[in-house]
Amino acid sequence: MNSLTELILPNVVLTCLTTDKFKTNCLSINLLTPLNRETAAKNALIPAVLCRGTATLPDMAAISSKLDSLYGARIKPVVRKKGEIQVIGLYADFADDAFIPEKCDILEQITGLISEMLLMPKTRGGLLLRDYVESEREKLLEQIRGRVNDKRSYSVQRLFEQMCAMEEYSTDKLGSETEAESITPNELTRHYHALLAASPIEVFYCGSAEPERVKAALKTTLAALPRSDEEPDLGTDIRMNALEAEPRYFEDRLQVTQGKLAIGFRLGDCMEDPNAAAIRVFNAVFGGCATSKLFMNVREKLSLCYFASSFVDMHKGILAVSSGIEFDKYDAALSEILSQLEAVKSGEVSDYEIEAAKSSVVSDYLTIEDSPLALEDFYLNQALIGPDCSPSELAALAEEITLKEVVEIAKGVECDAIYFLRGTEEDA
Amino acid sequence: MQKEYFKNIDETLISEVLPNGLKINIVPKPRFSKSFAMFATDYGGADRRFKLAGQWIDTPAGVAHFLEHKMFDMPDGNALNALSSRGASPNAFTSSGITAYHFESTSRFDENLRTLLEFVSTPYFTPESVQKEQGIIGQEIRMVEDTPGYVMYYNLLKCLYASNPVRDSVAGTVGSIAEITSETLYRCHKVFYNPSNMTLAVVGNVDPEKVIEMARELLPSEPGEVPERDYGERETEAPRQKSIAIPMEVSAPQFLFGSKLAPEKKGAARLRQALVGEIALRLIFGASSPFYVRLYAEGLINNSFDYELDYTSGTAMILAGGESRNVDGVMNELSAEIGRIKADGLDKTLFENTRKSCFGSQLRILGSFSSLAQTLADGAFADYCPLDAFEEIKKIGLSDVRDFITVNLSPEKLALSVVSPLER
Repeated sequence: MNSLTELILPNVVLTCLTTDKFKTNCLSINLLTPLNRETAAKNALIPAVLCRGTATLPDMAAISSKLDSLYGARIKPVVRKKGEIQVIGLYADFADDAFIPEKCDILEQITGLISEMLLMPKTRGGLLLRDYVESEREKLLEQIRGRVNDKRSYSVQRLFEQMCAMEEYSTDKLGSETEAESITPNELTRHYHALLAASPIEVFYCGSAEPERVKAALKTTLAALPRSDEEPDLGTDIRMNALEAEPRYFEDRLQVTQGKLAIGFRLGDCMEDPNAAAIRVFNAVFGGCATSKLFMNVREKLSLCYFASSFVDMHKGILAVSSGIEFDKYDAALSEILSQLEAVKSGEVSDYEIEAAKSSVVSDYLTIEDSPLALEDFYLNQALIGPDCSPSELAALAEEITLKEVVEIAKGVECDAIYFLRGTEEDA
Repeated sequence: MQKEYFKNIDETLISEVLPNGLKINIVPKPRFSKSFAMFATDYGGADRRFKLAGQWIDTPAGVAHFLEHKMFDMPDGNALNALSSRGASPNAFTSSGITAYHFESTSRFDENLRTLLEFVSTPYFTPESVQKEQGIIGQEIRMVEDTPGYVMYYNLLKCLYASNPVRDSVAGTVGSIAEITSETLYRCHKVFYNPSNMTLAVVGNVDPEKVIEMARELLPSEPGEVPERDYGERETEAPRQKSIAIPMEVSAPQFLFGSKLAPEKKGAARLRQALVGEIALRLIFGASSPFYVRLYAEGLINNSFDYELDYTSGTAMILAGGESRNVDGVMNELSAEIGRIKADGLDKTLFENTRKSCFGSQLRILGSFSSLAQTLADGAFADYCPLDAFEEIKKIGLSDVRDFITVNLSPEKLALSVVSPLER
C-alpha cells in the first residue's frame, strides 16, 4: 500500500493510498473549519443540503439514480468533530472498476459528481434552494433533538458540554438547537461561499487507481474551487489541568430505568509532546479493551455495571469513562472506577495486563489497513495532529511501550467532572 | 475439501463437511492483516421447545442467550480473556435463530481458533457463576428496556405473530432467567452445540487446510441428533394485531412496520428469494425510490429510515421504519404507493438501476469480513452458497420483484409499532 500526499491546489491536499486490495474504493473531500457555537449548526447543515441537488442533477431522485447506475455507489454527508476543528465533508464509496460487469470509469464519474455537489449545488436566484435548506434544517433539528434517544452517547455529550463549558469543545458537532432553528437560506448561502473559499481542504482517495489518474480527475473537476487569502485559525486548546481542586458534579433526570455515569479527565502532562501509541496503551490498560481494569474489575469482578469503558480524544487531550449502572450503585461504581485509575498511577499493572493492552492496541492499528473507511479517518487525524507514520508503523511503536511510560501518562491524568444521568422516579 | 474459484469477483471458497456433520466455509484473503472466524450453532432465543429422542422438552425464555454469556467460562479461566490478551477482538451474539461466537485477530490466528473451538464445545457452569450471570443479564434486560428501538421491535413482533416464539425477547425476562440453572445450561448445550447443528465460517489471511484439520482434531467425531423444533401454531398471513403505540423518553415518534412472508426454507430458492426481496425493498424504500424521495422531501421521513428482510426460526419478515412526525401519513403514502405499483407496474430503468445497486452492495459485503462470515454461516444453515449471488442477481426479472412487492407489502399484511414521546 503506497501513500502519497500532495498539494494539488492552493490549500488543497490530496492523500492517495494506492492498493488493489479492496473491491470497494473511497474518495472524500473535507473542509476544515474552527468549531464554535455560532457556526457549528450552519456548517453541519451544508453537506446535507449539497446532497439534495446539483446544477445538472436537480433533486435527490436524480442523484440517487445516477449513483444506483454506478453500481450502488454512495455519497454521504459527513460531519466530524476533531478536537476544536469541525470537519465538513462528502464521503463516496464505490465499486472498483475491475469487479463490475461492464466497462465504466467509476472513479472519474464519482470525482465529477462529488465535485459538482460541492461546487455547484442547485440554486435559484443565486440562493441555495429554500425547500432544501428548510427540509434539511428540520432534519438537522430532529437529529439534534434525537441525541437524547441514545442514553449512553447522550450522557457523554452532556458531560463534555458542562465540563468544557468555557471551551469551544463544549459545542456538539451538529451545533445547538437554537442556532439551527434560526438558519435561513440567505444566511446559509453566504456562509457556504465563505466556508468553501476559506477552508483548507483534505481530499482522500483509497483504491486501485494510480495517483496521477486521481489527481488529473480532481484537478479538472475542482478547477472552479474558490480560494481566499484568509486562513482560518485552526487548532485545539488543550487544557492540562482540572478546573477545580475537586471534580465538578452535574446531573440530569430523565425517565429511564438504568443510570448512566460519565466521568471526564484531562490527560495532562503527556499532551505536551504526545506519544500516540503510549497514550493508546495507557487507555487500553485502564478501560479501553476487554482485559482492561475497568472491564475486569468494575464489570466482571464486582458486577457493578453492564458496561464500563474509557476512550481518549487525542485532539483535545481528554479521557472519558462511560458506564451503565443501577441508580443505587453510583457511589460504589464511581469509587471503583477512580481507584482503578489510582492503581495504574501507582504501577499496579500486571505483565498480563500490559501485554494484553499492547496486543489490543497493535491489533487496532493493524486492522485500520484493512478498511478504506478506517484509513480515511486515520489519515485525516494524521493531517491534523500527526504523527507522520502509517498504522503499521504505529503498531510497531505500540509493541515497544513499557509499563513505565504508561504509569507516567497515568500520573498526569486529573479527574475534572462527573456526570450522572438518573431517573425521575428514584429518590434524590 | 471443495475449492471453487469465483472469477467474476476474484474470490475462492473452500468448503468441507466433516463426518460429524460440521459445515466449514473458508474465504482466504491473503493480502489482509486480519482474519475473522465465526463458530455458530443453529440455536437461538426462539428454540425453546424441542423434541429429543421422541420427547418434547420445554425450556425457559433466554437460555440460548444465557448460554452465550456463560460459554466463555472455562475450567482454567476465561476464554474471552485468553483471546483478548492476544489482541484478538472476541464477541458473540444471540438472535432468535442462531448463537454465534466470533473473533477477529491480526496475529496468532491458529491459537485463537483453537481457543474458539475449545470454549464453544466445552460446557463449564457452576451454580455460583450462573447466579452471578443472572445479575449481569438482569442489568442487560433493564438496559434494553430503555432502548426505543428494542421496545418497538418486540412490540411489532407481538403484533405480527400469534404464537411463534420470535415474538419474545431473546434475552428472556428477569423472571424467566431466574428459572435457569446450571443443569438447564448443560442440557441445552448438549442438545444444540453438537457439530451436526453447527457451522464454522472463516474469512481472512489463513491456511484453509489447517483450519479444517483443527476442527477435525478438536471437535467430537460422531454426528449428533439435530432436534426438531416447535415454533408454535402455523401463523396466519395477516398480523394478529394491526398496530401498537406506547410512550417513551424519545424526541420524536419512532415507527417500525412489517409483514410476514412465506419463507423459502433452503437452497438456491432461498438465496433467490432473499435477493428478489433485497431488490424489491430497495426499489420501494431505497434512497432513489419515488416513495423515499417524496416522503423525504415532504419531511415525513428522515435519513434514519431503514429496512430489511429477515429470516429467522422458520419464518421471514420485512421490517422498515424510522422517525416521523406523522406516522399515519407515512403509512397512507405506503398503501397509495403499493396501489400504484399494482395498477401501473414498475419503472424499467428504476428496476435496472436498483439491480445494479444491489450488485454493488453485495460487492461491499466481500470487504467486510464479519458480514461475509455471517452470510457464509447463514448460507450453511440454509444450504445455499452466498457467493452465487453475483450470478443469481442477473437472472432476476422485473416481474419477480413486482410480485414480491404486491404480495408482501399489501396493506392487510402490515402491522405497525410506534414509540411516541412522553406527554409532559
